[in-house]
Amino acid sequence: MDSAFVIEKFILVAVIFGISLVIAMYSTYAERKVAAYLQDRLGPDRAGPFGILQPLADGLKMFMKEEIIPTSSNRFLFIAGPGLALLCACIGTAVIPWGSPVLIAGKTVSLQVADINVGVLYIFGVVSLGVYGVMIGGWASNNKYSLLSAIRAASQNISYEIAMGLSIIALLLMTNTLSLKEIVDQQHGWRWNVLYQPLGFLIFMVCSFAETNRAPFDLPECETELIGGYHTEYSSMKLGFYLFAEYINMFVSSAVMAALYWGGYNYPGMDSMAVWLGPTWAPLFGTAVFFGKICAFIFFFMWVRWTIPRFRYDQLMNLGWKGLIPLAIANIIITGVVIAIIEKF
Amino acid sequence: MESLSNKKKVLEQKPLSFMERMYLPAIAKGMGITISHLFKKEATIRYPEVEREFSTNFRGMHSLKRDENGKERCTACGLCALSCPAEAITMIAAERKPEEKDLYREEKYAATYEINMLRCIFCGLCEEACPKEAIYLDGPIVPADYLRKDFIYGKDKLVEAPLEMKK
Repeated sequence: MDSAFVIEKFILVAVIFGISLVIAMYSTYAERKVAAYLQDRLGPDRAGPFGILQPLADGLKMFMKEEIIPTSSNRFLFIAGPGLALLCACIGTAVIPWGSPVLIAGKTVSLQVADINVGVLYIFGVVSLGVYGVMIGGWASNNKYSLLSAIRAASQNISYEIAMGLSIIALLLMTNTLSLKEIVDQQHGWRWNVLYQPLGFLIFMVCSFAETNRAPFDLPECETELIGGYHTEYSSMKLGFYLFAEYINMFVSSAVMAALYWGGYNYPGMDSMAVWLGPTWAPLFGTAVFFGKICAFIFFFMWVRWTIPRFRYDQLMNLGWKGLIPLAIANIIITGVVIAIIEKF
Repeated sequence: MESLSNKKKVLEQKPLSFMERMYLPAIAKGMGITISHLFKKEATIRYPEVEREFSTNFRGMHSLKRDENGKERCTACGLCALSCPAEAITMIAAERKPEEKDLYREEKYAATYEINMLRCIFCGLCEEACPKEAIYLDGPIVPADYLRKDFIYGKDKLVEAPLEMKK
């Protein structure tokens, strides 16, 4: 392994880490702006022009707040909880292919940190780890409400992971690979998977709403029943970490949805663009398209949040176990039959 | 039992139909409604920069008026203080000296004139009671402050600016 490779990967990791943090930071701002405009308001506009410095002000506020660790809490786990939540949210970005290889200074650079052949499984593993941050935080708080909320989060995530995994199996039947890079490359130009797997995409999307604890499935967080949720006892930047992890999760699951179903960095007419822009700028333009899709998904997340009231807990479980899982299984069967017929004739 | 008022309505709770149980049509409809609000004019007024337009009969901060020659109209008759239901107005009358002829319109004037803005209910009865057309509630909103004593407005804040300064 030569040092250029290490440096290249290191820069890539730093850039992706920075970009995902900045996007998560500005998602908080975007959330408030989208909420405001959907409710005929203006939203934050005091900090800087159009309130563009609002996330910095929020971050500063979080850092300046008094830090309280309850005496009866498990101190080590109490501190580990938010760290784990943020860590699990961040490491999901490692296997996402951000663009096709770019020619920089006579060297072809892959825009993916690690092209592992089980990329989809890796994403699933990381996403399921994410619930540990919530569970550990809720349990270590030594507070009944936090614990109830953590239990809710855990059972919700486990229930929806099943439907999510089943919905992806239908996709894997089509693509014959677990590598995210290959799945994206197969969707060259117009052949986006959402056109072949609309039902699978719908199930996957609903499940990622549940996995990221976003409305209408934001049951782990509720003021009325649980005085806040799993982070009731948290203050200062530890609370900030939990809130921030939610936005990074949203970014990662938007990226996964865009890569698996909406063609990633592929767009119609990309071949003629590749000739026109050359081997350096065409892949970067593809990356920009990818980020455009991600931002569209983030907007969609917010749009849903400010439209739909949350599900009741029994409705949530009903939908997950009696609605989505049978649908996902039916989707697998239909996909399998159709593939078998196509291969036969 | 028979309803006497005839207003009773029996609500029927039907089980959800298949379309309703799918949630999706209702969700699509709701999202259409929210996205339409994205393009509507926002109701917010950016307060310190932009102020809401008041109605023509808005009653704001008091001002003590001057006549066309720039002399103070108030003669300290005390009718405003008497009419005030909140007892917000107090004043001390004084006699005009010959050299002050240009300052005050009549021989008697208000040496001090104070309105407690925390007591005032902006009813406008002082305005109606005044026989000299000396007080009007035609100013802006009384600004917020930190100390109670700063809400007692004296003549320095209430009297209209002199004529030459107004131009």
